Amino acid sequence: MTRWAMVADLRRCVGCQTCTAACKHANATPPGVQWRRVLDIEIGNFPDVKRAFVPVGCQHCEDPPCMTVCPTKATKKRADGIVTIDYDLCIGCAYCAVACPYQARYKTERATFAYGKAAAHEAKRHDPDRLAVATKCTFCVDRIDAGLAAGQQPGVDPEATPACVNACIAQALTFGDLDDPSSNVSKLLEMNEHFRMHEELRTGPGFYYLWDRSEETGGVPALKRLVEEAMDLA
Amino acid sequence: MSYGPTPWVQRHWDLRAAANFAAGGAGSGLIVVAALSGARDAPAAVALLAGLALVAVGLFAVWLEIGRPLRALNVFFNPRTSWMSREAIAAVVLGVFVLRAAWLHATDSPGAVATGAAAALAALVFVGCQGMILRAAKGIPAWRSSATPWLIVATSLAEGAGLWWIAAAAHAQGTRTGLALFGALLCVRLFAWLAWRRSIARNARASAAMAPAGTALSVLGTALPLVLAGVAAISTSPAVVLGLAGTAGALAFGTGIAFKIALVVRGAFNQGFAIPHMPVRGKRA
Ligand code: SF4
Ligand code: SF4
Repeated sequence: MTRWAMVADLRRCVGCQTCTAACKHANATPPGVQWRRVLDIEIGNFPDVKRAFVPVGCQHCEDPPCMTVCPTKATKKRADGIVTIDYDLCIGCAYCAVACPYQARYKTERATFAYGKAAAHEAKRHDPDRLAVATKCTFCVDRIDAGLAAGQQPGVDPEATPACVNACIAQALTFGDLDDPSSNVSKLLEMNEHFRMHEELRTGPGFYYLWDRSEETGGVPALKRLVEEAMDLA
Repeated sequence: MSYGPTPWVQRHWDLRAAANFAAGGAGSGLIVVAALSGARDAPAAVALLAGLALVAVGLFAVWLEIGRPLRALNVFFNPRTSWMSREAIAAVVLGVFVLRAAWLHATDSPGAVATGAAAALAALVFVGCQGMILRAAKGIPAWRSSATPWLIVATSLAEGAGLWWIAAAAHAQGTRTGLALFGALLCVRLFAWLAWRRSIARNARASAAMAPAGTALSVLGTALPLVLAGVAAISTSPAVVLGLAGTAGALAFGTGIAFKIALVVRGAFNQGFAIPHMPVRGKRA
């Protein structure tokens, strides 16, 4: 099986919003709609202040409340874990939007453009099917599917990888298959301490945040596996 | 530890969605109370039809809110998991039973009471679905409380009883048993509100936002109507009885409607964002 997932390294993200811009470019989302956004979180009081930049968006949940509540079956989950919206079925009731604990869904009632009138590129890519229905991050599912069809590996080959991951200037975002123990994301999760947001709500997000080296492996690549292998040999 | 950009009030559902909970709930409550009151013939038919009209107004309001109204019938596609689909199906069943019961009552035909009872059951299911719609909205902490459906059902019944007493006062009808039922429904709503308030107590924003509507519900919508109904129950003047009961009904109804509107448009803070660990750059603190 395959379970596509995103890993965001909070130590690496510098909050430059390049992923946000790349997403808008790749998906032609209208003003105010950010399928990928980056939060700027600050805690504490001067001089003891900590700051984190946190990429967020649809978490492609294992048990997505948006899908359960959807009265039309427009929201579905694929076998590979990607949560999709069928714009032709959706009635725009926004029930999914209030059911999502990650504020990941949008509904745009009418066509809007950055400077009022549609610029040439906006006019070309404007999609009326996406008006008045629910929209959200797709994990760039079209790129993944086209890449797989072309024999490429999502998360490794840029053409088959979500645009935000490709664009990240700090390699803070990584995409890959959680069910493959040797995938990039599996390795990162093995080497680092991580969490998922709002874990207590039991939605099973497919979005992980790294925040420190693993205490067990010290963050040394594959150290844990090497030790295990050495012990096996002994 | 939990921090992050502060939650904000959801803007996906506005007054139109609130109108569905308000009108649909009160209308369902009226249908249930009409059945419980033992009313027959024309008064029963009118009450049932008025309740159904309110449900229809609520559904119309929500139809105005959805982005693709011409596809509205797709709402029936997912009764397996969606309470919104179930609400839609319940509305159809409710409509059939109410129209049938109203016809039987109006023509003084046999089976009117039984069909009215079936309509009341359908109304309870409908308003229960409304409560569960909010309960299943995981993104809104104040809605997803397990106490929410009970509160929605309880206040809808109290609102329905309030409407019943407004109508009773207008038509110079009403019984002491009916007053007792009204009082009991008010008490049930008060308990449901207190339980719900306790369940969301840790959510400071929602608690604060809902406090005014909750206070109005308990003081103006429960305590005062109970006093008025109590005085009405011991009064010997029919005009005083109906005047007081009608006022009590209006208070119970109005505060319930205001509470539901506040729940949808004021107390509906979303989950916000929270990270349990800050990134460690250098040594762990
Ligand atoms: S993050 Fe929200 S929109 Fe995405 S799958 Fe989870 S519940 Fe659905
Ligand atoms: S807005 Fe569309 S996808 Fe969301 S719950 Fe309604 S029908 Fe389903």
